[in-house]
Amino acid sequence: MKLLTCPMNGPRNIDEFQSFGPVRARPDPNATADPEWSRHLFRAENRQGVVVEWWRHVPSNYFFLAERDLVSNEIIRTFDASEPRGRA
Amino acid sequence: MPLRLLKYGLSRDYPVSGDIPATPALKPAYDVVIIGGGGHGLSCAHHLAKYHGIKSVAVLEKGYLAGGNTARNTTTIRSNYITPEGIAFYKEGVELFERLSQELDFNVMFSQRGQLTLAHTEATMRSFHMRAEMGKHMGTRTEVVDQKGVEELCPLINMDYGGALEILGGLWHADGGTARHDAVAWGYAAQASRRGVEIHQRTEVQGFEVVGDRVQAVKTNRGRVACGQVLIATGGMNYDVALMAGVELPIRCYPLQAMVTQPLKPWLHTLVSSVSLHTYLVQSSRGEVVIGGGSDPYQLYSTRSTLDMKVHLAEGAVHLFPFLQGVRLLRQWAGITDMTPDYSPIMGASPLANLWLDCGWGTWGFKATPVAGKRMAQTIADGRVPDILKPFALERFETFRLLNEMGATAASH
Ligand SMILES: Cc1cc2nc3c(=O)[nH]c(=O)nc-3n(C[C@H](O)[C@H](O)[C@H](O)COP(=O)(O)OP(=O)(O)OC[C@H]3O[C@@H](n4cnc5c(N)ncnc54)[C@H](O)[C@@H]3O)c2cc1C
Repeated sequence: MKLLTCPMNGPRNIDEFQSFGPVRARPDPNATADPEWSRHLFRAENRQGVVVEWWRHVPSNYFFLAERDLVSNEIIRTFDASEPRGRA
Repeated sequence: MPLRLLKYGLSRDYPVSGDIPATPALKPAYDVVIIGGGGHGLSCAHHLAKYHGIKSVAVLEKGYLAGGNTARNTTTIRSNYITPEGIAFYKEGVELFERLSQELDFNVMFSQRGQLTLAHTEATMRSFHMRAEMGKHMGTRTEVVDQKGVEELCPLINMDYGGALEILGGLWHADGGTARHDAVAWGYAAQASRRGVEIHQRTEVQGFEVVGDRVQAVKTNRGRVACGQVLIATGGMNYDVALMAGVELPIRCYPLQAMVTQPLKPWLHTLVSSVSLHTYLVQSSRGEVVIGGGSDPYQLYSTRSTLDMKVHLAEGAVHLFPFLQGVRLLRQWAGITDMTPDYSPIMGASPLANLWLDCGWGTWGFKATPVAGKRMAQTIADGRVPDILKPFALERFETFRLLNEMGATAASH
């Protein structure tokens, strides 16, 4: 069993969570051409390294952010979406 | 005859011939460099050499031959997809498998025993009717069966579980089957090397020399190799390798896990797959029951297994066949799969003029090993993408012409 520490509910089995994938910058709908929209929709961060991604604690429907290493699967930190996103 | 075997072993007159020559020295240049020595790269090499007379070909494989997803897959071969473009392509793939042992002069143990996909909900039954009609229209053998039909095809299945997971019917695909994955890869490798293709194991591509819109050379741990044309067929590493050439693919990597039981007497005569249980089973020719299912729930570059996923697969298998509960597991493993947003592959041109893509094969690419190799070889030889591959172009994401095969892929590979 792998643990994920939810900023609201504390350490829980990762089965209780749903991954929503890497955070993406939201393009400006008025100033975005089709290729950029396509990029936004279909290309997510997939480099071998650390990503910041959205997760949801399913029972409490709480969305938050996590920094996770895509190779070692180490969860480096989890934090509320109101906190700064840069690496600590 | 042990004595004869011993004599043969010691004799100088009958030297043991290896199927594939040892890795030779790298030449400074090749007409075609294929990155990735999995089934797809080897199939392309075979087709280039045999049908297009292109023999200055090097297959560069960072590890050992076909040790990537080719070695890890559960060998479901089928064409019961939903888009006409997808069905046309995979249908050609199944037909090539039907003749593959003759083509390779090597028994790939293709067993066309049919695939039964189970529906536990009305919604799944509706989607099966669509897939069946599409399949018939495209000339494949695909039909919807009711509960009685399921019982006739698979008499040992547990039908009366009841509740939300009662079996309502199924999609019967008589064209479906399996083959031995190692035999497919080694058969292609042996044929290709017999015709002059060089297979370089332990040769990792670490970068590209790009000048203008062309790849001049690839950089490897064994030196620089100039190339006329380049194909990327690196399975789970497709995103990374393409990125080295400056091409960002719409791919995310997820592990996919599988396992096998100890060998049993033959009892499961079709491939069986359940959409709702995210579990599928096939009995191998050795009697082992191969069990696979859905992808891991989050992105990861890892071939580790998890207890959670193994428990889930075991639960699905025991649900369908309760008598499996005392059976032991023999092996378990995972592969890194390169998933595309629409569950269809990315084949054809790249933004660079001489760099070709055979990527995004995710959880479903073994069945396409012969056809992808054949069609990519044709593409490279002609310098032009054939019609059958055009729908799979990388540009489809920019033009929003996706080929959505998610429903026909997610649970049954
Ligand atoms: C558990 C599991 C079950 C599956 N079940 C099915 C199934 O039932 N049916 C089906 O059709 N498909 C299935 N698949 C998918 C299928 O295995 C793959 O799509 C298919 O094998 C891809 O073949 P390939 O030759 O493109 O890639 P691979 O076989 O992965 O070969 C790619 C090769 O490239 C090499 N490589 C990577 N990076 C480099 C580099 N930088 N330089 C040189 N070489 C490099 C790797 O070492 C590897 O050998 C399954 C996959 C998994 C993991």
